Amino acid sequence: MSDTHAQFAFVRSKMLPEAPPPASERGAAKWVRQNFFSSTINTVMTIFVFVVVIQIALTVVPWLANGVWSGSSLSDCREALAGETGACFAVLSERWNQLLFGFQYPSELYWRPLAAFLLLFVAIAPVLFQKYVPSKMLIFTALYPFIAFFLIWGGSLLTPVLALAGFVVGYFVYTKLVAQSFALGFFGGLFAALAFWILSGYLPVEGILAIEPVESREIGGFMLNLILGTVCVSLSIPFGIALALGRQSSMPIIKWICVVFIEFIRGVPLITLLFVANVVLAYFLPPGTNFDLILRVIIMITMFASAYIAEVIRGGLAALPRGQYEAANSLGLDYAQSMRLIILPQALKISIPGIVNVAVGLFKDTTLVSVISMFDLVGMIRGPISSSQEWNGVYWELFLAAGLLFFVTCYGISQYSQWLERELRTDHR
Amino acid sequence: MTTLSDPPRESFRLSMLLNDTRYRSYTLQFIALVLLLLLFGYLASNLVTNLADQGQNISYKFLGEPAGYDINQRPIPYDSQSTHMRAAIVGVLNTLIVSVLGCITATILGVLAGVARLSPNWLLRKLMSVYVEIFRNIPVFIWILIIFAIMAAAMPAPRAFRGEDPEASPLFGIIALTNRGVYIPKPILENGSGIVFAVFLLSIVGVFFYRRYARNLLFNTGKLLPTFWPTLGILFLPALLVYFALGMPIGWEIPELKGFNFQGGVQIRGSLIALWLALGIYTGAFVAENVRAGIQAVSAGQTEAAAALGLRPRRIMNLVILPQALRVIIPPLISQYLNLTKNSSLAIAVGYMDITGTLGGITLNQTGRAIEAILLLMLFYLAISLGISAIMNAYNNAMKLKER
Repeated sequence: MSDTHAQFAFVRSKMLPEAPPPASERGAAKWVRQNFFSSTINTVMTIFVFVVVIQIALTVVPWLANGVWSGSSLSDCREALAGETGACFAVLSERWNQLLFGFQYPSELYWRPLAAFLLLFVAIAPVLFQKYVPSKMLIFTALYPFIAFFLIWGGSLLTPVLALAGFVVGYFVYTKLVAQSFALGFFGGLFAALAFWILSGYLPVEGILAIEPVESREIGGFMLNLILGTVCVSLSIPFGIALALGRQSSMPIIKWICVVFIEFIRGVPLITLLFVANVVLAYFLPPGTNFDLILRVIIMITMFASAYIAEVIRGGLAALPRGQYEAANSLGLDYAQSMRLIILPQALKISIPGIVNVAVGLFKDTTLVSVISMFDLVGMIRGPISSSQEWNGVYWELFLAAGLLFFVTCYGISQYSQWLERELRTDHR
Repeated sequence: MTTLSDPPRESFRLSMLLNDTRYRSYTLQFIALVLLLLLFGYLASNLVTNLADQGQNISYKFLGEPAGYDINQRPIPYDSQSTHMRAAIVGVLNTLIVSVLGCITATILGVLAGVARLSPNWLLRKLMSVYVEIFRNIPVFIWILIIFAIMAAAMPAPRAFRGEDPEASPLFGIIALTNRGVYIPKPILENGSGIVFAVFLLSIVGVFFYRRYARNLLFNTGKLLPTFWPTLGILFLPALLVYFALGMPIGWEIPELKGFNFQGGVQIRGSLIALWLALGIYTGAFVAENVRAGIQAVSAGQTEAAAALGLRPRRIMNLVILPQALRVIIPPLISQYLNLTKNSSLAIAVGYMDITGTLGGITLNQTGRAIEAILLLMLFYLAISLGISAIMNAYNNAMKLKER
């Protein structure tokens, strides 16, 4: 050992303490250099983007900050601003209720749709957060459609109660018959419910236990978008499942009915289907029937959404390994059982992101109803508000509000879907 | 001794239609078919009664009658005396114009934004994700109306261009942005312009042949020819040479302010621009997500393997990453094109005269032929959709991984 020491002038015999990386290679400095100035092109890009962002901020920030929140017309805003740039948010504070509820919904009844909206969260919580909410809450979810209908449309309490009773009768018949076969139970229940509804249609319910009724054409604003979105998405999921199963079926006639329906609906724009709801559908109904435009629109949008959801679920069904189908068969399950217990739970789980995508797209597409002169959020902006004398010429503030409402809803839904995907992931990656 | 025999053949009983799986599917299909026919019969009988009640019939004669309305954007000659049929064709062409423009814009924007979302630059990455999230989560209908409002309200009126010291001046002296639309120079084709175009077309073919030659040379001998500059050269040089040799046969008519409005040049209306940009930018956000997903779908090992083989970054991108990413990107890209084409039917909200505006709008209202007009409208969109999906299926089959 000492020999080696003798050969060299100096040999370190003690380990140096660990030194921190140089200042440019750690912390904020490193992050900034890596992200902003890692190469010439990157530096140029950073400066360019920075200038663009600053430019946008310089135009938008004073406009927002100078915004006028009170006033009864555009000229009031102009007066208050006295030539400076600034937004005229007075239109929002004055017309906010119209944007949310439409211009015809009786203003003393605003609490009813509001209550329905708040209860919606209670109702969907057990569906969205199955692990965290007691499953007994699902009873309320099942009751919710009837409560919401009663709150928004008003009228006799008996109408939703009888509708609910029809479901109860159907379910009762189903449980009696399902022991023999699923199909018998299903169709038996369906017929019993239909028979009950047709019979109860003859009951005079007008005015019994009634609260003030509101007509469908008085419903508008963002409320209409929400109603159309929720109703059509929830209705289209069962139809979509049925269509997807039909398309996978080995029975050629049923398969081709489903294929033709799905491809036809997916091939045409929603607007043409809304035209059908508006002007053509009446030709195909018995003479003298005249039902709500809103109901006709719900039927068409539901058809539209089911076709898209069917394709998503078909993807999920196709992604399941064949072994799952074979395992179900070898256990001796029949078609309905194997679908209900083995195939669909897995296929639906795979399809969740796709279904959410369709739901978000559909919710955005509900704005199209303003083309057939229904006054949803966009319809309110294009129609009654823009053409009113006080607010003629206000665009940005209204579109900003509409955009924000949609952004918050859609972004929230897509964030939920990403959370759910992480939650449902069963592999260990 | 025979111990094996066929099981006794049961004679067919009626209950087997329901209980025997061999026959049940026939029963079910028969029931479905009967129900379907009954439904159609019911709807048809309602239709016949309703039409008879209102004294109407189904007839397509209206297509041959004069339309009697004007269309502000006419790719083919059309006036108010032309037939409804011709109005519908003008509408079809307008739909195709805005769809093609929108698809090109969406592709360019989407590819740029999708690549930028993977950039090492934090600022750029965040800006692009803001773009994607904002446009994906707000209805395209609202975007169309916003851009239409910008075109109508925020652009200067033509009179702002007048005078010694005008408030507004044309962009580069040739493009006028006004609230009545954008005016761009219009090419004037003189004698010999056909030759220039022919030469240009030939150059495109030439580029194709040059690239094939370069690739074959690379595969056969390993010699690498440059492609970028020769491509540019072959593409533009001959056409430019011919253009100047023939004494500049293509002139430009520059829009000028005459009276109350701009005259000359090509007017691109605000409605077309609103629709085009809104559809392009909105769909671009979706395309960006597809592009990002496609590039991320190529595993990092591919890049590393290519680098280990000694390829340079640009070549890694061109030869290894892109061919694999495109296989993932193209199918959703085409379905985005399809969505864009269907969304172009929103033109009706800004008064752009596409097929929905002509056949499904004014023609329908004037003639009252709702069923016929909407049926034709749906068939048109259906034909486009099925056509594009046929192309897509052919492409998918051609690009499918051929493993065995």
